[in-house]
Amino acid sequence: MHEMSLMVSMLEIIEDQARQEGFRRVTRVTLEIGQMAGVDPEAMRFAFEAGTLDSVAEGAELIIEETLGRARCPACGLEAPVEVFYEPCAACGQAPQEIIAGRAMRIVSLDVD
Amino acid sequence: MCTTCGCEDHAHAPHPKGESSGWFRRVSLERSLLEKNDAFAARNRRHFQERGILALNLVSSPGSGKTSLLVATLERLAGSRPVAVVEGDQQTSRDADRIRAAGAPAIQINTGKGCHLDAHGVEHAILDLAPEDGALVFIENVGNLVCPAPFDLGENHKVVILSVTEGEDKPLKYPDMFAAADLMLLNKVDLLPHVDFDEEACLGFAKRVNPSLDVIRTSARSGEGLQAWIDWILARSAALAR
Ligand SMILES: Nc1nc2c(ncn2[C@@H]2O[C@H](COP(=O)(O)OP(=O)(O)OP(=O)(O)O)[C@@H](O)[C@H]2O)c(=O)[nH]1
Ligand SMILES: [Mg+2]
Ligand SMILES: [Zn+2]
Repeated sequence: MHEMSLMVSMLEIIEDQARQEGFRRVTRVTLEIGQMAGVDPEAMRFAFEAGTLDSVAEGAELIIEETLGRARCPACGLEAPVEVFYEPCAACGQAPQEIIAGRAMRIVSLDVD
Repeated sequence: MCTTCGCEDHAHAPHPKGESSGWFRRVSLERSLLEKNDAFAARNRRHFQERGILALNLVSSPGSGKTSLLVATLERLAGSRPVAVVEGDQQTSRDADRIRAAGAPAIQINTGKGCHLDAHGVEHAILDLAPEDGALVFIENVGNLVCPAPFDLGENHKVVILSVTEGEDKPLKYPDMFAAADLMLLNKVDLLPHVDFDEEACLGFAKRVNPSLDVIRTSARSGEGLQAWIDWILARSAALAR
């Protein structure tokens, strides 16, 4: 359940942004969560409901864009989807591969009033 | 953008129905949820680097023997090196008490509901402990094989401890932790005769997840492997001084 502390970090970023840009209310938060980021979207939603009470994001809609894992093989250059990061290259068997997508956890955008 | 029609044009007249004005602004951010922790971690790393301190982040599931190994390690170091220990647990100061009883300065961080240490908490503990230049700093994370993995503390190395009572499949089940570590201590090897633990399979799984992982077999009980572990630590500390 480290989703709760990720949520605290998310709120800090939002409050910080609210001060900088002078908005008072967030109506939608769009997050990108990679499928290999070790984050459970359901736990994230649960943490969001509890964590945003009495904040600028109270009642906001949470959109989670789950990005699929992708790897590039350092040996043969093949780029392909992966589900676990230590999967060997489908073409030449090389492992580990370079993970090029699917590990991010970030705020993409905020819709604000 | 307009919520009612989704258009990009802010200039057209408001839609007639609905309570909201229908207008909102979209702020693009692209900011990582880990950015603040990473900034504190970078600061800790600089602090350690400037002082020639070797910092190790000990991670494992609860009860693998982190504190027992630390106590045995401190006894063997017997004051030959400056040391400091940061203890992370949700509750109690029992582990810090055990470390102090072994003669080393320790600070306990209670994370409450939190299931991992973060770099900010560790910074405060380090400032309080004020380890000497060239010290060995041991950070015992909260017992949890999942949550501490993404939180960099500014350590030089993560050391994952797996005890033989936990089952050989843990590296595959919790790959993030084994991938993030540079060393695995396979602990409680004194219990191998009593458990059906497939050591060879375990090492295969660990290397599959992390081909460059070092492995040392240890027993905090019998002392087996402790000298190899201490040699591993001292070699890395010496490499910093150069
Ligand atoms: N037989 C045997 N028992 C051990 C060994 N290392 C630790 N233990 C026992 O395992 C139990 C847990 O050890 P701890 O050192 O408290 O484990 P820990 O990883 O610090 O636990 P948490 O901090 O609660 O996550 C204790 O009862 C220890 O005596 C070992 O090498 N062999
Ligand atoms: Mg302990
Ligand atoms: Zn390949």
